[in-house]
Amino acid sequence: MSTNSTTVRGAGTPGGASGSMPVAAPPRRLPVRPRVRSTQWAALAFAAPLLAYLVVFYAFPLYRNVELSLHDYTVRAFVQGNAEFVGWEKYGEVFSSATFPKALRNTALFVLVSIAFQYTIGLALAVFFRNNFRLSGVLRAMFLVPWLLPLIVSASTWAWMLNSDNGIVNSALAAFGVGQINWLTSPGMAIWAVTIANIWLGIPFNLVILYSGLQNIPGDVYEAASLDGANAWQQFWRITFPLLRPVSAITLLLGFIYTLKVVDVIWIMTTGGPADASTTLAVWSYREAFGTGQPDFSPAAAVGNILILLALGIGLVYLQIQRRQEES
Amino acid sequence: MTGRRPWWKTALGLVFTALMLFPVYWMVNVSLTRTSDLRRDPPSLFPVNPTFEGYAAVMSQQLPSLGTSLLIGFGCVALTLLIAAPAGYAIALLQLRGRGPLNFILLVAQMIPAVVMAMGFYAIYVRLGLLNSVWGLIVANSTIAVPFAVLLFTAFMSGIPRELLQAARIDGAGTWRVFRSVVLPVSRNSILTVSLFAFLWAWSDFIFASTLNRNGNLIPITLGIYKYIGNNTTQWNSIMATAVVASIPAAILLVVAQRYVAAGVTAGAVKD
Repeated sequence: MSTNSTTVRGAGTPGGASGSMPVAAPPRRLPVRPRVRSTQWAALAFAAPLLAYLVVFYAFPLYRNVELSLHDYTVRAFVQGNAEFVGWEKYGEVFSSATFPKALRNTALFVLVSIAFQYTIGLALAVFFRNNFRLSGVLRAMFLVPWLLPLIVSASTWAWMLNSDNGIVNSALAAFGVGQINWLTSPGMAIWAVTIANIWLGIPFNLVILYSGLQNIPGDVYEAASLDGANAWQQFWRITFPLLRPVSAITLLLGFIYTLKVVDVIWIMTTGGPADASTTLAVWSYREAFGTGQPDFSPAAAVGNILILLALGIGLVYLQIQRRQEES
Repeated sequence: MTGRRPWWKTALGLVFTALMLFPVYWMVNVSLTRTSDLRRDPPSLFPVNPTFEGYAAVMSQQLPSLGTSLLIGFGCVALTLLIAAPAGYAIALLQLRGRGPLNFILLVAQMIPAVVMAMGFYAIYVRLGLLNSVWGLIVANSTIAVPFAVLLFTAFMSGIPRELLQAARIDGAGTWRVFRSVVLPVSRNSILTVSLFAFLWAWSDFIFASTLNRNGNLIPITLGIYKYIGNNTTQWNSIMATAVVASIPAAILLVVAQRYVAAGVTAGAVKD
């Protein structure tokens, strides 16, 4: 068999221009192995750009990031490349910093409140759009708009809408007798203001995924249920919600990961302020590295690595849940 | 027939859509408001005395940024397709060994926060002198799209009937010929979806632009708006006019390619 394969591979491509593709029109008597092996080379050749790309543009920046967090990088050391190795010291500084508990609380609030509302509103709209009423397709498409707009566009629009003196939100609230709210400039409101904008941004994504999940639930399940006298409310809780659970899980997971890394919205609306009132971990990292005149890369990288670990942790929890669901 | 499709649902749908799109309307409204009317209390709900002074400012100041953004967007699409399409082929149809772990790595890659990538790229670009360059931004922006694109191509190409490929092989086509003449034409829709998202993400990017291209001569439109906000906090009509212009690609894509948008959003989430 091995001799056979060598001769075949030696014979290669008679007249073929490209040596790496001897798979063309294999004679039938051949054993399978040489074909598989040469296909492997071809597969590797086709995947090579991606593999190189992942190493150079993912693995290396990540490695640099870990390295940044373990050294004391000042701006000068950054250019010269002679930063002092300090081990876990920067992580210690991050954990003991006064910003850390605030950033952690803001991150939890921002992420959990955002995905709770995005998911609930998205699901309600998906169920609503499931009834094919007139114009439903067009209106559903319109709902994609907030998601397609550049974040800087949406964020600056929200910033102007929530402006204390001239914003439309405050003037609408004033019509109901609510006094002026300093959405972006008062420490108590800033985190809620950016969360509201972020909920608005995330609704389209949730709507589209949950809607496509609903399409996969066969219609006759509902017909049977309504024959049994189940009303719309019961149908939702007994059929839609349980059958949608896998799709809901992936929606919530992706929502969590996306929301965890949000920087733009918060940065554009409040730059994490006033003081640290709307600073999340991601914004903190961005501010340390790029937001001030004095870039401080080492703590920024440490915070970034903590963020990666958080995302990975949630990913693993998700995989665990998924495995348990498959087993049962 | 009309009884089965009640009009009140359409009415309710219109109300929901109007509520959802109010900020977009407000952006357009403010962009047409005269500077003297910006501070009116309460603000007028309609552009009563519309003005195009905001748009005139965009045309005189932001045209180069729009060009830069277009260049970066198209560069990012080309790079993403060049890397992701062959990789999808290798994983889905050539039984690349180790494709399981590779898929997992691609999933994890999507979890990495852009801030982290920005710092890594910054550290590398400082040495290579790639800061403030369009090429550096194209490469950095493509990292948002490549993992998604590979996963999407893999999912689609796995569904191509094997008979089609075998027929081509029997006709004497090699691996490359099969890829170029069978797989790529069949995958036209997923190529469109990937291109659309790669373009839109590159066009919308703010984090990479604001970190890797802070002092460049050629800045993308997102950074143009950001600098505008910093410089003219009073000229919100011009800022909103820029925002409207920056939203044009999204609007075009929604009208022309809505089908692919929905397909892409779903493909990112609902995998096997």
